[in-house]
Amino acid sequence: MRTLRFLLQKEFRQIFRDPSIIRIIFMMPSIQLLILPWAADYEVKNIQLSVVDHDHSQYSQQMVNKITSSGYFILQDYSGSYGNAMEQIEHDKADLLLEIPAGFEKKLIKENESTLFMAINAINGVKANLGGAYLRSIIQDYNHEVRLKWVQLPRFSPEMQIEVTSSNWFNPLMNYKIFMVPGILVVLVTMVGAFLASLNIVREKEIGTIEQINVTPVKKYHFILGKLIPFWVLGLLILTIGLTIARVAYGIIPVGSLFTIYVFAAVYLLAVLGLGLLLSTYTSNQQQAMLLSFFMMMVFILLSGLYTSVDSMPGWAQAITKVNPVTYFIEVMRMVVLKGSGLNDISSHLFTVLGFAVVLNIWAVINYKKRS
Amino acid sequence: MTNTAIHAEGLTKRFGDFTAVDAISFEVKKGEIFGFLGANGAGKTTAMRMLCGLSIPTAGKASVAGFDVYKQTEQIKRSIGYMSQKFSLYEDLTVRENIRFYAGIYGKSDAFIKEKTAFLLKELHLEAEANKLVRSLPLGWKQKLAFSVAIFHEPEIVFLDEPTGGVDPVTRREFWNMIYKAAERGITIFVTTHYMDEAEYCNRVSIMVDGRIDALDTPTQLKKTFEVRSMDEVFLKLARRAKRSGD
Repeated sequence: MRTLRFLLQKEFRQIFRDPSIIRIIFMMPSIQLLILPWAADYEVKNIQLSVVDHDHSQYSQQMVNKITSSGYFILQDYSGSYGNAMEQIEHDKADLLLEIPAGFEKKLIKENESTLFMAINAINGVKANLGGAYLRSIIQDYNHEVRLKWVQLPRFSPEMQIEVTSSNWFNPLMNYKIFMVPGILVVLVTMVGAFLASLNIVREKEIGTIEQINVTPVKKYHFILGKLIPFWVLGLLILTIGLTIARVAYGIIPVGSLFTIYVFAAVYLLAVLGLGLLLSTYTSNQQQAMLLSFFMMMVFILLSGLYTSVDSMPGWAQAITKVNPVTYFIEVMRMVVLKGSGLNDISSHLFTVLGFAVVLNIWAVINYKKRS
Repeated sequence: MTNTAIHAEGLTKRFGDFTAVDAISFEVKKGEIFGFLGANGAGKTTAMRMLCGLSIPTAGKASVAGFDVYKQTEQIKRSIGYMSQKFSLYEDLTVRENIRFYAGIYGKSDAFIKEKTAFLLKELHLEAEANKLVRSLPLGWKQKLAFSVAIFHEPEIVFLDEPTGGVDPVTRREFWNMIYKAAERGITIFVTTHYMDEAEYCNRVSIMVDGRIDALDTPTQLKKTFEVRSMDEVFLKLARRAKRSGD
């Protein structure tokens, strides 16, 4: 125990003496949480629309007005020829092209139907999809208005219409930030737990001090605990700072209890620290550790359900998310923060992550050799 | 108790089909200053790592401070001090914190640490720098401090791996005075070096060539055997036989 005390004392001194670590601890969560949620938003806005109006009628004007006043579209170009408009798309100036044929109004009134043409720039798939859907629903809405106004009795149209109303549970306003902030927080805790810890150990390897420790009677488990405990504390500290920022900046107050979050985080940190330790046993300098961390972080973020829903991933990708500890913490965070889930509800997540912790740490300890 | 600090018999280390250390046998007496010489890549560091319990020998027998290098590495670690080629104090800790840390992990009591730290700082004339980061000290001072830290817990044997590399002649001289003082207190010194004037300071010297010990005797006797006037010439005569290239 005495040995461990000396190791911890040394480790904390070094951590809090290093200005870059202080910056990481306080600046990283602040910047990531204050900036990222505003940028990483799924709502598609500012869609550049190019309209080709061959009709120049009152109806076509009204429709274009309705589209631009929705707030999602910016009328980029209003031209008379399809070729001109297409050029806008080719130069990536327009995302959507709406062609209104000549005689649009006339046909609509006389023949009770008319066609429009839409060309979508699908380079950005999300924008194309959502932009197209928005435009379609606005036009449908407009269509509805026109029918009510112009189509005379019988007032009830012969076609049946099903109207769907919905209410959003747990995040009534579908505020994207409430969804993203807990996720970003998890990524932060993971970075500190896994990567800061592994860099720290590899640094001792690089400088050669680990060799010096290895010739002392310090036991393997002492050394490992001496490394894990400080970063475990640091991880919880970052979580606390992050939760505070979420509360102050976004008014996000977990519906569930903080206790549940901390219990899960404590176990989760054991798992990612095990991972960090494992990384350090496979790398011999900070550069390697850095690159490996970068790679893993990408996989962790993209295959965790942070940005995209796990359920819509292909089977093999879903399998990867199952062995990605980040997935579990993100789910738990969202469950607790948005739904108010308790320890009982997250127990299966908790045990899975505990399993990760055991496996990763044992693997790392076996791999960490004091002798070669 | 015998009078032997280190005993090695046919000690061998192979990495794949490369034999880094080839069946070396020697004995170091207690309180002796033993020079362990050899060109770069001759296998000195590997041999030393085996004796310190950092590396498992492939074959042969060895004991350090009476403990077996295969089975009793923890006891060996308790009885030795080690100063590696790389500077190994923590640069982001102060002089005092480094001393305290290393003494602490050897299980020394607070009273012991406190008393001995004061004594050591005085001896090294580092009282004014005690609370400065080690990073800010000149290299010569760092090396002297590293040596003092390596023997702080009063080990039976101290291993020094090229302790004076890159240090100016005056500081080297002072460093060797410290080594003599430690030897007088009964600490066995096992030292590798590339400076042949330092080899002259040793009680006995072994010279490794291509993983083998080709010569082992007092500096005076070695010069007589090889019919030369300085250790420098002894070393050159032996090292030129080497087939391996240095690193």
